[in-house]
Amino acid sequence: MQTIKQQWFGNIRSDILSGIVVALALIPEAIAFSIIAGVDPMVGLYASFIIAVVISFAGGRPGMISAATGAMALLMVPLVRDYGLEYLLAATILTGIIQFLFGVFKVAKVMKFIPNAVMIGFVNALAILIFMAQLEHFIGISTMTYVFFAITLILLYTLPRFIKVVPAPLIALVALTAVAIFSGVELKTVGNLGNITQSLPTFLIPNVPFTLETLQIIFPYSLSLAIVGLLESLLTSQIVDDMTETESDKNREARGQGIANFITGFFGGMAGCAMIGQSVINVKSGGRGRLSTLVAGVFLMFLIIVLGEWVVQIPMPVLAAIMVSVSISTFDWSSFKFVVKAPRTDAFVMVATVLIVVYTNDLSKGVLAGVLLSAIFFVIKISTVKIKRQGNRYIVHGQLFFASIDGFVEYFKKADIKEKHIQIDLSHTRVWDESSVGALLKVKNMLEEKGIVVEMIEIDSSSKQIVEKLDSLYSSN
Amino acid sequence: MYKHILLASDGSDNALRAAKEAVKLASYHKDSEIEVVYVVDIDKSKYDILHSDSKEEAELERRKKNSNVIQYLNESGIQYKTTILRGEPGPEIVKYANEQEVDVVVIGSRGLNTFQEMVLGSVSHKVMKRVNCPAMVVK
Repeated sequence: MQTIKQQWFGNIRSDILSGIVVALALIPEAIAFSIIAGVDPMVGLYASFIIAVVISFAGGRPGMISAATGAMALLMVPLVRDYGLEYLLAATILTGIIQFLFGVFKVAKVMKFIPNAVMIGFVNALAILIFMAQLEHFIGISTMTYVFFAITLILLYTLPRFIKVVPAPLIALVALTAVAIFSGVELKTVGNLGNITQSLPTFLIPNVPFTLETLQIIFPYSLSLAIVGLLESLLTSQIVDDMTETESDKNREARGQGIANFITGFFGGMAGCAMIGQSVINVKSGGRGRLSTLVAGVFLMFLIIVLGEWVVQIPMPVLAAIMVSVSISTFDWSSFKFVVKAPRTDAFVMVATVLIVVYTNDLSKGVLAGVLLSAIFFVIKISTVKIKRQGNRYIVHGQLFFASIDGFVEYFKKADIKEKHIQIDLSHTRVWDESSVGALLKVKNMLEEKGIVVEMIEIDSSSKQIVEKLDSLYSSN
Repeated sequence: MYKHILLASDGSDNALRAAKEAVKLASYHKDSEIEVVYVVDIDKSKYDILHSDSKEEAELERRKKNSNVIQYLNESGIQYKTTILRGEPGPEIVKYANEQEVDVVVIGSRGLNTFQEMVLGSVSHKVMKRVNCPAMVVK
């Protein structure tokens, strides 16, 4: 891993430029995610500023961008609707504490147990939810809404062919906001849904009663936020690792996410996490170091203070179109091929994860269900024992352990054995525990009562140890 | 003589056709060496990470993609070496070819129609325009 100095100042020029590009691309998303969560745009903008700045120091993956995100915003909707902003801020602080503890107890390792089918389901479900959240902003409002929505989409997909330096969403945003203002077209704007304050965030303790009841309200949300935030952050860090061919400290990242959310809650920002799309933009624009993340956060805040009065004039259909394009790039379009080609259980887990999220509107539930399903399928798969017969030799395939021995014993109960002497070949299996030794000896006893001599052959050395230790318990003279 | 031949490969059938031409070029001189350059497209990082259970699996899948070209070169008996780069395929190949001052670049053309080329852009075209050495685009 690099030294601190390299992580900060190894790539100054490119880091500053890419940080600026990311800040420009972040603005529409931070506003749109605030609207999804049901809070003022400032909540997402402050969050993006503070999280980016804090994570640039505390994170474990230099060059990764963290800010207010869709995954987190979607989880907050019921909390904000039922209890309001102050509870969200309290939940954000608690999310930070939980994530910090996850980092301290090295939970990042658990990520390895999340199968790729669940992760694919996660990004797809996220894309679908972000898309669905946009519908109300452009469907059935007015003809001009559709026109602005369509023009934005066309700009988003054609501009990058000609202009590569400035992100297309920002050009579309500026151009179409200007058109809307000067033409005086009736369109819903960001200002209709919330306010913009042109000031730096200030320190505030969330105005909630410090009671057990409050904790009971916010804890389930904080736990979901903590899990989903870490999941997306660790997935993003793997992608950035891969793009830059470098390593990163996953547990430090988890602690960093915790610290960032903890501080954000006190400054009026909503919980956030790493963003795949923005991090990819950063790396592709040349960003590699911590400086790029810091610049992204600071420049975003600077833009809001300078341009705040224009931000409220952004037409909603333009913003909705930008978010539709975000959902299109979030969706894993190879999933259709995956559903056809992947092992049946993997395809099932992926689809189930998506359906559960879309049905419950809760990403954490989908992930949890996906992991449980995969675990069950894994146990079923690994607990299947097959026995192949070659003459008087019975070859055991699969793993012998407590969950698989029923099938093994059952086979020999039913088998019609004519030979007086048989061999059970253990070269293709492994004896994992005492249950399986018990099963082997049970089968041996059972057959010997029928007058069949049983010989166990080809036991591997680690299995042998378990068998020998226990063999004497059954032997008799 | 073409001593240092850069063969840009993405493991596709077009790359295999290019490999055949590269071998022909190399066979004119006993000191010729083909350098197979395979660019891991960082735009596909997200896909590769999502669709593999570990870093090791992702790496293996990428190597598999280029295996038909490598196999062909092994059979041809020509001297070659492999280089894996990371980035955007077109510009990355150009940069590397110019830095290494190779004698010739051989690259397969994907055979896109006019519309696809307008939307996707042709890698071989970009490479041909920007390298400082002769380039052979194989149809």
